[in-house]
Amino acid sequence: MDTDSSGRTTLFDSVDDVVTRLADVGYLASTAVATTVFLADRLGKPLLVEGPAGVGKTELARAVAEATSAGLVRLQCYEGIDEARALYEWNHAKQLLRIQASQGEEWDATRDDVFSEEFLLTRPLLTAIRRTEPTVLLVDETDKADVEVEGLLLEVLGDFQVTVPELGTITASQRPFTLLTSNATRELSEALKRRCLFLHLDFPDAELERRIVASRVPQLPEALAEQLVRIIGVLRGLDLRKAPSVSETIDWARTLVALGLDTLDDDAVRASLGVVLKHRSDMVKASSELRLN
Amino acid sequence: MADTPARGLPAHLVDFVQALRRHHVDVGPGETVDAAAVMAELDLLRREQLREGLAAALLRRSGQRQTFDALFDLWFPLGQGAALGEVALPYAEDGSVDVDALRDLLAQLLADGDTAALTELARAVVDGLGAISVGNGNGSGAGGSGTGKDGAAGTPSGFSSYQALNSVRPETLLARVLADLRSRGEGGEAESPFAEEVARRQTRARIAEFRRMVQSETARRGSEIRGREAAARTGVRRQAEQTDFLSAGADTLADLRRRVAPLGRHLATRLAARRRRAHRGAIDMRRTLRRSMSTGGVPVNLVHRRPRPGRPELVLLCDVSGSVAGFSHFTMMLVQALREQFSRIRIFCFVDGCVEVTDLFTPGADLGDVLTEVHSRPGLVAWSGHSDYGRAFDRFAERWPDAVTDRTSLLVLGDARTNHQDPALGVLSGVVARARHAHWLNPEPEKQWGTGDSAAREYGRIMPMHECRTAAQLAGVVGGLLPV
Ligand SMILES: Nc1ncnc2c1ncn2[C@@H]1O[C@H](COP(=O)(O)OP(=O)(O)OP(=O)(O)O)[C@@H](O)[C@H]1O
Ligand SMILES: [Mg+2]
Repeated sequence: MDTDSSGRTTLFDSVDDVVTRLADVGYLASTAVATTVFLADRLGKPLLVEGPAGVGKTELARAVAEATSAGLVRLQCYEGIDEARALYEWNHAKQLLRIQASQGEEWDATRDDVFSEEFLLTRPLLTAIRRTEPTVLLVDETDKADVEVEGLLLEVLGDFQVTVPELGTITASQRPFTLLTSNATRELSEALKRRCLFLHLDFPDAELERRIVASRVPQLPEALAEQLVRIIGVLRGLDLRKAPSVSETIDWARTLVALGLDTLDDDAVRASLGVVLKHRSDMVKASSELRLN
Repeated sequence: MADTPARGLPAHLVDFVQALRRHHVDVGPGETVDAAAVMAELDLLRREQLREGLAAALLRRSGQRQTFDALFDLWFPLGQGAALGEVALPYAEDGSVDVDALRDLLAQLLADGDTAALTELARAVVDGLGAISVGNGNGSGAGGSGTGKDGAAGTPSGFSSYQALNSVRPETLLARVLADLRSRGEGGEAESPFAEEVARRQTRARIAEFRRMVQSETARRGSEIRGREAAARTGVRRQAEQTDFLSAGADTLADLRRRVAPLGRHLATRLAARRRRAHRGAIDMRRTLRRSMSTGGVPVNLVHRRPRPGRPELVLLCDVSGSVAGFSHFTMMLVQALREQFSRIRIFCFVDGCVEVTDLFTPGADLGDVLTEVHSRPGLVAWSGHSDYGRAFDRFAERWPDAVTDRTSLLVLGDARTNHQDPALGVLSGVVARARHAHWLNPEPEKQWGTGDSAAREYGRIMPMHECRTAAQLAGVVGGLLPV
């Protein structure tokens, strides 16, 4: 860890440093990934990573945390998530018990007591702000949350400061490295995007994908890995309902190893293609267009 | 950067940002400031890092990337002049380019899939074969340090990718590359039709990639002569989301599709979210307790969350006639996205007849197939096969009188070109009067509405009509349509 000119601690020395250290923890970063991670840290801005499922968005956050020995705090978004799940919530049940147990006490005293640390349930956003150790905050699948939650994120990610009316304002002692992911099922608001650096993470090029396979499934012979990546590339060009992602490439490689296959002939492809293509219509389309029948 | 003018980096960056804006990438002042900060943090000689860093600061959507890359190549060019690498053109005895040897070399690099070498070859090809009408003057003024084999040749007056590619004809190398790959016998797979097909498609993709390399190199060289502004005007493709649905070429189609799919899902998730949220009439514990503070902590007034509105229903009426062929494919994508989220949606297609096609949109159905099926449905074409909105609306109102109720949002998609037939305004008014909301999406530019056989103005008086020519406009309309 280092400090920049303004005395803020920074995580990486250079873009190349990002590449090396992420590789050390098993994440093979493209130039785009390494550059944006470096800049997000240097400029102190959240990084919004958008892209199809399974290209390594979540994994990137994990890798940055591991590479920098930071704790990973994850906010998994879903439809209907609200402030109580994302930021904090009072433990109502416990508060009610406390109120009942305090019959006869002054109300003011009870109230102060009931709204104290003991009854506070911190959720990921508040957790990340209060941590004193190095932290990577991952807001995963942001597009699944309702638009109102974006307002909350905007507030929190702006100055990493939260006001709990009963407790006062809590400010982060150090800004967590923040990564938001989105599958682009909807456009996030312009305001939120403007707060962030933007990275569109797409399928890796063939060379990088071969290296990912080699590092994740080292048992797979090199020639086979190359062939597999080539077929995956062609499948991605087919306009399928769900194009195979890096996770499918890895699953396929693992399957071949598990089946003990050492060549990828037509029978092997037929037998294992279900690992790669998840929809029946895609299977039908790929088989007919690639003359696998 | 080699090509930074004397006014310095900040001015150059502002120039670049303005070029992006001219190409409909709206970059705000905040983004420009971020971009300047990015330039301060990066090693400017590492061009790909600079490219990614600027993209991260300036772009907000993936659809803008192609435009960005093309402009980046002009504003932050690789170098000046030929900027040749290690891969050189083969020359014949007489000093002319040996085209046969060149094609051999290209075939070999395509078979190897050596991207770096192909890039260098593309540069050499443009330099050696793309220069047009070798002039005599010192026309460029910007050039200077061209490293090409100048000697006999003077300064070219321009570069043409057509000319360069026309002598190399990379497409015609397909069979050769495939034969080469086969003879390398990559694992005995060479025989199977599947292996052939994979190799063919991969090779085609590489050839297309090489063509793109030649084109962008041509733009770079051309910009040195004509100025980058001129090169940007003619050489940079429009973004997918700004492309007209009706005139989308094959190359932008795939792009557009990528852009429309999330939009469909966007519409669907927003509608779905509204619907589901409406079901949540539960007690709001936090607000109940806060409120209970006034009654000494006894929760007297239960605070409920929002009440539920009625369940929305959607009816889609889609023109699938020839005049909107480009549009209807995107209609289908939108419809599919909605279909997957809603049980209460009914889909009708029309030309001069009208058919219900709700059943065709099964989850995972291939949209190309669906469109084919739609067109083979008996009843879609009742008469001439040219659109007749009046007849189609008549048929719809008569055959499915209960489809539209006071809970229904009605969406009509079409160009309102009636082939001079009776538009049946009364019939449509009747349907619209029953609906809860009604909107019309028209893929034609608004200034053409009402011209020729367009009944857009008349229909527009019955229900709001929105120009919807591009994915960007569609996004705007989708935003404005809600809540359904
Ligand atoms: N560059 C990479 N280096 C190493 N492994 C990678 C890389 N990219 C992806 N992977 C692997 O691909 C798999 C999918 O990654 P991950 O779960 O992070 O995808 P995701 O983009 O978050 O997908 P989703 O949108 O479905 O959440 C993981 O097993 C991950 O390890
Ligand atoms: Mg993920």
